[in-house]
Amino acid sequence: METLFFLIVSIVAIASAVMVIACRNPINSALSLILTFFCLATYYVMLDAPFLAAVQVMVYAGAIMVLIVFTIMLLNIRIDATRRHSHMIFFGSIVGFATLFNTVYIVMKSRAATPATTVNVEALKAGHTELIGREMFTNFLLPFEITSILLLVAIVGAVVIAKKKI
Amino acid sequence: MDTMILGLPMIYYVAMITKVLVAFIFVLLTVAYATYAERKIIGHMQVRLGPMRTGWHGLLQPIADGVKLFFKEEIIPSSSSRFAFIIAPLIALIPAFITFAVIPFGGVMEVAGYKIPLQIAGYYDTVAGRIFDVNVGMLYILAMSSLGVYGIVLAGWSSNSKYSLLGGLRASAQMISYELSAGLAVVSVFMLSGTLSLHEIVMQQSAFNGMNWYIFKQPLAFFLFFVCSLAEINRTPFDLPEAESELVSGFCTEYSSMKYAMFFMAEYANMVTVCALSATLFLGGWQGPFADTFTILGPLYFIAKLYFLMFVCIWIRATLPRYRYDQLMYLGWKVLLPVSLLNIVVTGLVGYFISH
Repeated sequence: METLFFLIVSIVAIASAVMVIACRNPINSALSLILTFFCLATYYVMLDAPFLAAVQVMVYAGAIMVLIVFTIMLLNIRIDATRRHSHMIFFGSIVGFATLFNTVYIVMKSRAATPATTVNVEALKAGHTELIGREMFTNFLLPFEITSILLLVAIVGAVVIAKKKI
Repeated sequence: MDTMILGLPMIYYVAMITKVLVAFIFVLLTVAYATYAERKIIGHMQVRLGPMRTGWHGLLQPIADGVKLFFKEEIIPSSSSRFAFIIAPLIALIPAFITFAVIPFGGVMEVAGYKIPLQIAGYYDTVAGRIFDVNVGMLYILAMSSLGVYGIVLAGWSSNSKYSLLGGLRASAQMISYELSAGLAVVSVFMLSGTLSLHEIVMQQSAFNGMNWYIFKQPLAFFLFFVCSLAEINRTPFDLPEAESELVSGFCTEYSSMKYAMFFMAEYANMVTVCALSATLFLGGWQGPFADTFTILGPLYFIAKLYFLMFVCIWIRATLPRYRYDQLMYLGWKVLLPVSLLNIVVTGLVGYFISH
């Protein structure tokens, strides 16, 4: 059952990922990217990490992609495949292949290559939300606070740039 | 009934499919008759009769409307972005329906010795002797409702019409800003409950025959959540995205036939979901007198609370005028958001002093 489901999700994920770069219309690319994120969220659910899945959908599909879709709409880029931008494809493919190589290296060499033998049953029972929250507010309090200050700076900066007169 | 399919008993699948079908048909029927109830209630509030011609007191009106919309000509504007135009109603409709999956609508029902929890995304563990459901239920709902905005944005943009675009932009700005306050408003409930699972939240409200509902502990949070949800689903007084007097019909101006019907259904399905969620979080869900002894009472209590909240939505629509756009943004960012943050702080402080 799980293998079958995994196969279906994988096919959708790969097809939509190909659609992201194959589509002529940027909006359709963005929609395909949302579908890819959704498939990733499904993988997280299958790996017993529902919190991560919900956050994936909320942050990536729900927030970041809205921003991207907005940008595409407001600039009204319809079809963007002119000769003028063809050199970008070259550099883009270099970056893409480098990332692919990097990912393959990580998967083959790192700890991810050896499957986990013991599943932490306690962690599954408590739920990831509680564990993540506890870790975040005890062991990782300083990074958490620094991140929130960074985000605050970004918000204030955005307001200052957007509003000429405050 | 002891046949096992892929490690689970046969009855598990039967129960699951039945639950999905029952919940889906229930939401569909409620959506259809919510349109009728809305016209009828507003009619009576304004000393009119409302629909009277189709069937007894107009009872067949939703079916007539559905058939009419179904047989209308489907028009796709020639200068629209075809793919986005076609897919937008679907994107609006699907999240509205699938959020219902995590909402518990009853206790545990026993069929042929097999215990079935009345919640689609839940199962009864016979070893542990309790119900397990999605332990991030509320996050799932927030995630799904953040997807609903795509349908409207795409509809507004792909129609290639200025009314649609303005409606779409207004809708998305409004949904994004009120989603924030709605999300923060329910945080204070989670601070009390200590869990995100909707089943657990319902169970915690069971004591003292309704006196333990979160609406009594968190009245401000209920108010904030309900107001923000109304804004998020574009109901009056926040129905600016489809303000008839300014924008024709907002983002669905160019839509016709079944695609228009889909937006209509999505709007009402969102209303059902939001009311069901408010009932679950703040009004004790399916809990009520004797609901533990007679399982059938659970869904009935749930439906009663759901319909009461939907009546309140319709009542608000009959009573309040529409907000202006700047008033809407002012209310969202400068009133509701600080108040919901303050509510979290106060809840945290009070909780700290009680527990120490």
